[in-house]
Amino acid sequence: MSIDDVIDIDNGSRFGGAHSVGLVETRHWTCHAPLLLDCGRSLSPITQAYETYGELSPERDNAVLIFHALTGDAHAAGYHDPSDKRPGWWDIMVGPGKAFDTDRYFVICINVLGGCKGSTGPGSVNPDTGAPFGLDFPILTLSDMVRAQERLISHLGIERLLCVVGGSMGGMMALDWAVRYPDRVASVIAIATTARLTAQGIAFNEVGRQAIMADPDWRRGDYYGQRSPEAGLAVARMIAHITYLSNQQMHRKFGRRLQDRDALGYDFGTEFQVESYLRYQGNAFVRRFDANTYLYITKAIDYFDIANGHGSLVQAFEAFKAETLVVSFSSDWLFPTEQSRELVRALQANGVPTTFVEIESDYGHDAFFLPNAELSDTVTGFLSNAYGRVRGQGGAL
Amino acid sequence: MSWVEEKAAVKQRLDYQLMGDLVPVGSRVLDLGCGDGDLLAELQARRQCQVRGIEIDPTHVRHCIERGVPVYHGDMLEGIQHYRDGSFDLVLLSQTLQQTADPVRVIHEMLRVGERAIISFPNFGWWKTRLQLLLTGRMPRHRLLPYEWYNTPNVHMCTIRDFRLLCEQEGLSVVREMYLVPTARRVGRFMANWRAGLAIFELRASNSR
Repeated sequence: MSIDDVIDIDNGSRFGGAHSVGLVETRHWTCHAPLLLDCGRSLSPITQAYETYGELSPERDNAVLIFHALTGDAHAAGYHDPSDKRPGWWDIMVGPGKAFDTDRYFVICINVLGGCKGSTGPGSVNPDTGAPFGLDFPILTLSDMVRAQERLISHLGIERLLCVVGGSMGGMMALDWAVRYPDRVASVIAIATTARLTAQGIAFNEVGRQAIMADPDWRRGDYYGQRSPEAGLAVARMIAHITYLSNQQMHRKFGRRLQDRDALGYDFGTEFQVESYLRYQGNAFVRRFDANTYLYITKAIDYFDIANGHGSLVQAFEAFKAETLVVSFSSDWLFPTEQSRELVRALQANGVPTTFVEIESDYGHDAFFLPNAELSDTVTGFLSNAYGRVRGQGGAL
Repeated sequence: MSWVEEKAAVKQRLDYQLMGDLVPVGSRVLDLGCGDGDLLAELQARRQCQVRGIEIDPTHVRHCIERGVPVYHGDMLEGIQHYRDGSFDLVLLSQTLQQTADPVRVIHEMLRVGERAIISFPNFGWWKTRLQLLLTGRMPRHRLLPYEWYNTPNVHMCTIRDFRLLCEQEGLSVVREMYLVPTARRVGRFMANWRAGLAIFELRASNSR
């Protein structure tokens, strides 16, 4: 299962349903002050695409910032058009009466810097040349993206967030926010994530990048206005997609079943269902994603190590104040439970009020995209207590 | 009533409340096997304690989260090792010590991360247990030990005397002992190893203080 799969949408979440945020639009904000990046270069202007759901309270203490994962975007919930086949990527969690209850919370989601869904990225026009950046776009880190988002949050008039939350790469960014701005967040929810990418994680990302760069249509990133490296990007997605699924789930879903045929064909066509599925995933992905953005964001994930510049993981969390919920999924082998436990150990060693839950699931790393009562109950309970404490303190500001 | 419910009920009625009463206002408290987080939630709300729990059962974990109790989902020895020395004033362990693979290590870990430990356990020296074994020649089974020999999680049963002896051997000071019968009535020290179904020990490492 992935963000590109068609999942059943319950009635309440359909357009016009009681649990849907309904019609939403992506807004854009451009900041002209140069942002000094970790690579040493600076970037300006920076445009960021974002969506918000719910209302900011008069006390400005109910803002939740959702960080999306590698291939996500600002469209976390609701519909851009009543005829949309599917709502935003985390609609199962965001809406009236859902875990991120838009009747209570003001929810924000921002397309990351370097993205291809409205924020400044390698496909944007380089003001110096008038042509798309391509590989002239500076190399980014997740911290750069977080610092860009901080500007937008300040622009929205929010001094302190009730919660930063994300799964996978989004979880890394949530942790980065809480380390970087300890006074500007009350709680953190880090789902299916890790404090640093392992060699295995870097390896998978590198294979994906090599697939893109080996595509003749890539032209060292200078393909805008021409054929884009679709074959390479599709292969990158197929590889990554395998890492998002569990073996059990693949076995259950596909086994060795054949696709559209009854017997082995002894050819290189699509024989097995799992091949057909991966090709579908690859093709669906290239229609909505930019290959260069894929290169830049996977690179940023590779660089991520929260201990960077702090000595150790424990030291990295010394200033950390936000109460934290860490969630892992039992069948996630990309960011396995042990990596979450490592995170929790370092937080607890610093006295951070930390809750850790491992959720039993067959769905591998991508489990957090799927309807899961345990996940939504856990998030609901944690967040409403965090909100209660913020309110008990007489407001977040 | 299933043995699980019975155990939960017994736990609520008896030692748990008493253990909670021993916790001073404003303490930092860790509860190993904190269940639904009832006690910790109460200590947090009523006694302004800083609380943490460790619990292996996912349903219980969710209840803790609903109550706003920070909880670690996992094995207690694995979960406790995350904490630095002296992170807590008190570490609680209710009727679970006898179910751990290595009780001595658990106690030492409790006293590493906490200044004091409060531990309760079913007393195998209770007259009812002794009598059942003596008269029926079968493994004792009653409301405090509601299991068959083949499905009991209680792999390390002991008596009050055994426990005192262990404390002596391990160099732990016993700050206080309390004894209970299953009807939640407290009993005195006289013949406690016969009279008490449950014991509560409060310990500290003897080199401290």
